[in-house]
Formats: sequence, C-alpha cells, structure tokens
Amino acid sequence: MAKQYKKKSRRNFINSSLTLGAATFLSGGVSSCKKSEEKVKVLTHDGKLVEVNKDEIDSSLPATPEESRKGIPNRKFVMVIDLSRCKNARKCVEKCQEAHHLVHGQEFMRVYLMQRSEKSAPYWFPKPCFHCNNPLCASVCPVGATYKRSDGIVLVDNERCIGCKFCMTGCPYNARIFIWEKLENENEENIEYSPETSVPVREGTVAKCDFCPDMIRKKQLPHCVTSCPMGVIYFGDINEDSVTNGIETVSFSELIQTYDGYRYLDVLGTEPSVYYLPATARSFPFESGLEGKDEELLERYKNTPYFKNKKNG
Amino acid sequence: MDKAELNLLREFAPQLKIRTILGKAWIIILISGLLFGLFGLYVQIVKGHIVTGMRDYVVWGVYIVNFIFFMGLSYAGALIAGSLHLMQTNWRKPIMRMAEILTVVSLMVGPLFIILCIGRLDRLYYLFVYGRIQSPITWDVIAISTDLFGCLIFLYLALIPDFAKLRDFIELDAKPWRKKLYRILALGYQDTPEFNKILKRSKNIMAAIIIAIAIIVYSVLAWIFSVTLQPGWHSAIFGPYFVIAAVYSGTGVLIIVMWIYRKVYNLQAYITKEHFVKIGVLLLILAAFFGYFTFSEYLTKWYGSEKNDSLLIDRLFSEFFWMFIISNYIGVILPLIIMGIPKFRSINSITFAAIISVIALWFNRYLIVIPTLEVPYLPIQDSRVEYMYYSSTWVEWSTITGAVALFCLLFTLLSKFVPIIEVSGNADLKVKS
Repeated sequence: MAKQYKKKSRRNFINSSLTLGAATFLSGGVSSCKKSEEKVKVLTHDGKLVEVNKDEIDSSLPATPEESRKGIPNRKFVMVIDLSRCKNARKCVEKCQEAHHLVHGQEFMRVYLMQRSEKSAPYWFPKPCFHCNNPLCASVCPVGATYKRSDGIVLVDNERCIGCKFCMTGCPYNARIFIWEKLENENEENIEYSPETSVPVREGTVAKCDFCPDMIRKKQLPHCVTSCPMGVIYFGDINEDSVTNGIETVSFSELIQTYDGYRYLDVLGTEPSVYYLPATARSFPFESGLEGKDEELLERYKNTPYFKNKKNG
Repeated sequence: MDKAELNLLREFAPQLKIRTILGKAWIIILISGLLFGLFGLYVQIVKGHIVTGMRDYVVWGVYIVNFIFFMGLSYAGALIAGSLHLMQTNWRKPIMRMAEILTVVSLMVGPLFIILCIGRLDRLYYLFVYGRIQSPITWDVIAISTDLFGCLIFLYLALIPDFAKLRDFIELDAKPWRKKLYRILALGYQDTPEFNKILKRSKNIMAAIIIAIAIIVYSVLAWIFSVTLQPGWHSAIFGPYFVIAAVYSGTGVLIIVMWIYRKVYNLQAYITKEHFVKIGVLLLILAAFFGYFTFSEYLTKWYGSEKNDSLLIDRLFSEFFWMFIISNYIGVILPLIIMGIPKFRSINSITFAAIISVIALWFNRYLIVIPTLEVPYLPIQDSRVEYMYYSSTWVEWSTITGAVALFCLLFTLLSKFVPIIEVSGNADLKVKS
C-alpha cells in the first residue's frame, strides 16, 4: 500500500476541472491531506502557466493500464446521436481535440456529410468510435493493445501498441488514427498516461475515441456531449436504460423506439454501441453547417456527391 | 571421389571466388544499395512514419506490397523444388539449388518489410511477450518462422554432401577458415549407402513438409487481408488466389535467376533450353490459373455491383487503369502467348515472359493493397486532404532498394559459398553437345 501511495504522489495529473475553478480534492491521493500554503506551478490545458495552491490540484488519478482493462462494474455505455439536430458546429470535434491534446488533423470525432441516396437530402453525421460489441479491431490485435471492456468501451493502450495498424484495416468505420510524427509538446511531459484518457498520444501508435472513461469515473459526461451546443449527442447506460445530452435525460429504449434509432452499417455484424436517430424534421437547414467554415475545412468535403453535383450544376 | 565428380568440382570451384572486377563492382553496388536503405531506415526512425506516404486511410503502402511479393518468391523453392524432388524428375538437378537458395533468401528478406511498416520497432518483441493466438499476425509469425526453419533444413540437407566434397577436395583454393567451415558443416558425412539412405529419407520428409507449410504461410498471409471487412479484401478465394499468384511470381524469378547464372557462370552445358521450356510450361499453367482467379475475383465484384465493390472497380479502371492492364491483362496474356505457341519458345523469350509475370505480380499486389484502402466503407471525409490518397515517398523506396540489395547480396554470397549446381551424385549432369 505504501508503495502505491509513493507512486501516486509522483503523479502530477492536472485535469480540466482545475481551470473551471472546481478544486475537487479526493482523499487517498496525495501523501498529506493537510492544508498547505505551498504553491506549485502548473500548466492548464490551454498552455498557460499558473501558480496555484498545492491543495487545489485535483489529484484524482487516471486509471492505470491494468485498471483500464477491467471496465466500470455493472455498466454498459451507449451513445445516441440525433442527426436531425446536427449542424456541423464542430464543437464536439474541437473540444475532443483539446481534451485529448490532439492537433489539427488528428480527429477522434469526425463529421461526415452524408446522403442516403442521390435524391435524398444531405445531412451531417458526427462519427466517434462505435465501441462495437463485436469489435474486429480488438480481435485482430496481435498484442492485446486494444481491447473490449465489460462496460462496452473499446480502448487502446499506447504503451502496448506496436503500431502494426492491423486494427485500422480491421475497423470498417475508419475510427482510428495513427500518430505519424512526434510533436514537441512540453506540456505533456509530466502527464501520467492512461488508456482511459488517451493522453498523451505516442508516436508510432494508434489512437481513437475512448468514450472518455476518465470523465465517466468523475460522474461527468464525455467532452463531445457537453460541448455540443445543439444537444445532439446523448450518452448513458443501457443497463439503466437512460441517456442524457446534459440538458435532458430520457429513456434510451423509448428514444430509440420512438424515433426509429439505428446503428450505422449494422449489416456488418459489428454491433456498434452508437445509435443514430434519422435526420428527419431538421432543426437547422443543412447548409448552415457550411457557413463560416474556412477553405481547408470545405476542401475536406469536396469529394462528396453533394459537392460534386453542385459543381456539375 | 570418382573422376567425373572431381571434374565437376574442378569446374565449379573457381566460381566460389569473386575474381573479376565486375564481380567486385557488383558486390560494392549491392553494399552501397544496402547502405542507402539503412539511411532511409534511419530517417524513418528519427523522423517517424510521417516520412512515408502512408496515412490514416492507406495505412499499409509499398512495404506490405513488397512483403507479399517477396514472400511469394519463396514459393519457387518450396513448391517447385519440393514437388520436383518428390516426383523424382531427373531434369530438376541443375536448377534445384537455385530454387532452394531463392526460397531461403526471400524468406529472410520478406519479413523485413513488416519491420519497416511497424510503428514501434522497439516493441517488436511484444509479439512474443503479449502474443494473442486469435490474431492472424500471430499466425503469420508462427507460419513464417516455421517455413524459414523448414526451408533452411531442406537446403542444408542438400548441401551436406557438397560440403563433404569440398572438404575432401584437396585442390580447393580457399582460405583456411573456409575449409574449416566446410569440414564442420559436412557433419562427418561419408558417401556410403547408409549415409545416403538417411539423407534421402530426410529430404523426402522435408520436401513434403515444406510444400504443406508454404501453402499455409501464403494462405495465412491472404487471411490477414480477407478476415477484415474491407470491400476489396473480404473474399473467400483470397487464400488460393494468393498461393497461385505466389507460385507464379516465384517461378518467374526462378527463370530469371537461371538465365543470369547460365550467362555469368557459363552453365550452358548444364542449364539448357529444355530446362527453360519445362519451367516455362509450369509458368504457362500458372499464368492460366492466375488469370482465372483474377477473373473470378473481379467478375463477382463487378457483376453484383454492390456499392462499395463498384466504387473499387471504378477506381481500378480509372486512377489505376494502366496498372490493372499490366498486371491482369499483359501479365496473363503475354506469358500465355509466348509459352503457348512452341515457335515462340526460346531461352530469351521465356525469360522475357518471366520478367513480365514478375512485374505484373508486383502490380497485382499493389492493386490489392492500396486501392482497397482508398475506398473504405465510410467515404473518406473530414480528414486532411493530403491524407486521402497514397503516394510512396523516397524514404520508402530507399529502404526497398536496401532490401532488394540485401536480397541480391545474400543470393550472391550464398552462391559464392556453395556450388550453384549440386555436385554430389550429379556427375552425369553435363549435356553432351
């Protein structure tokens, strides 16, 4: 036990709640629980150097790679994405990148411009990792670096990953990214890695959306859910039959049954944990998702049938 | 040692030395090629895989193409040498050793491409520490290492009598360490009926085993692709298709190797047109099989025209059109014509057909790996534009140059260490001209 304390005290994990001003303090982490005037310099997630009381540091520790393999007991997480409300605001993409220390071009969450068929209307389709119940990525991994947990979450341990990329060809949804180069980021040197936080990413390994189990452990919602201004993304527990988008909490089964929820490419037998509600009765016109977007971003959609048809008149 | 064998040894022994300036230049070229490859590898390790053309969608590039290609070459020895040995065909003798060396060398070089492709070389040993038997990559590791081991034994069994011959050959002009090595490697072999009986039996067993292992190795390699759900890979015929394609390219390279050694070592009296025609007929049969498998594969994709299959076919017939023509039309039809019409069969034309088949097969592997990854189930969107398509970089080609140089170097060195044609029991080899 003493050994564990020592190990934990060396960790210097700072999470986003620090900048939110919510100085939560969990017992058992730091070696002393006394109030101290000791100041420490810490970096916030947006790169500012600030000086705070040592006590204010949230010492809730990320799960170790071993703990991360187990999953949270009696849970089975599920996500529901309401396509009728998405207008490609991209807050989920940005917040996710920020929280996972990703740079532009490294996206765990992508927003696709979809069209069911030529005559049907285009719509925006946010796509995280589907955390399949029958994940081919985990089956093909030669070293068990990617695995399925009891709570339904599929994670990558980038301390185990050898970078063979077999999981990337195994995933039919292209949910995974590869870390192609080492990016200098001094902020990350002191961060204790955990497969649950996916921070920091490591060169030569695979990374992907992790359903933010570190947030769940803190009884908070994944970043994409809380950052969405439209309340598009619901997250919850299938065992409790409830999902929430941070604004309202609803019954999962009722939501799926009322709005005819479906799983994307369910025919492949991967059994995703992410459900979609069809883009009927839209809250926004589709085009609003293109407004104010820079050229680089628009370029990313140039190959879609929508843009091709537009070009051809 | 009988007189005929002694004459053979006298003829082949000078080839065991690098004598000419050309020979020395060849070695220097190969070593500089290897160094160039090592430089490329150094750049890749220091700067990361960003220096390759591989990106988030096309995660496997020319490295994997070359991996499949070189593993395919190992078939020449395994299947051709193995089955010719079991069938006791007499004409096989002058080309057996070339086929066996080809197998072993390509089995050594092939897996290097996997190493080039892996993001974390420093964790390669995790494959053994944390290996999961459920993963086709683990199957591959087991299969390839077994194959390499088996083929090494098969080659070595055939080499033992020759080592003994070299040991007993007093006129041999070689350094003492080399003579000592021959003596050790000969394992005390004597040309007696008992020794030969044991050796023959072991060779028969190994020939049968390596044929089986070779089929398994290549099927496993195919399953790495076909167990995934990718539209271009998820195909039941991939196993046999890969096996046939592998023997096809292996046979092609064997013919090229025969042509080169015939010229360089002046083996016209041993390797005759008859050999080229016989192996060429094998090439003809394989070309037909390869064409048949390719046709079946693409016909079913095209006829049913499932959306993702159609997208792939469209891409193959637009951006990759010339490659498709080379690999699946010219690569099948040309060898068929050259070998099919007896009038066209000459040593040079058969070698030309072989070169065409080898080039075609390289492109065939390229077409299997890259276009499929560019046409995934979910259309490629909302990703950096430069991530969407693949084009190989100089770093990839430098490491490939290095690997090819290593292949040629190992081949050359092996053929400088042992006679390229089996000496023992082959005193009657020379064709009376």
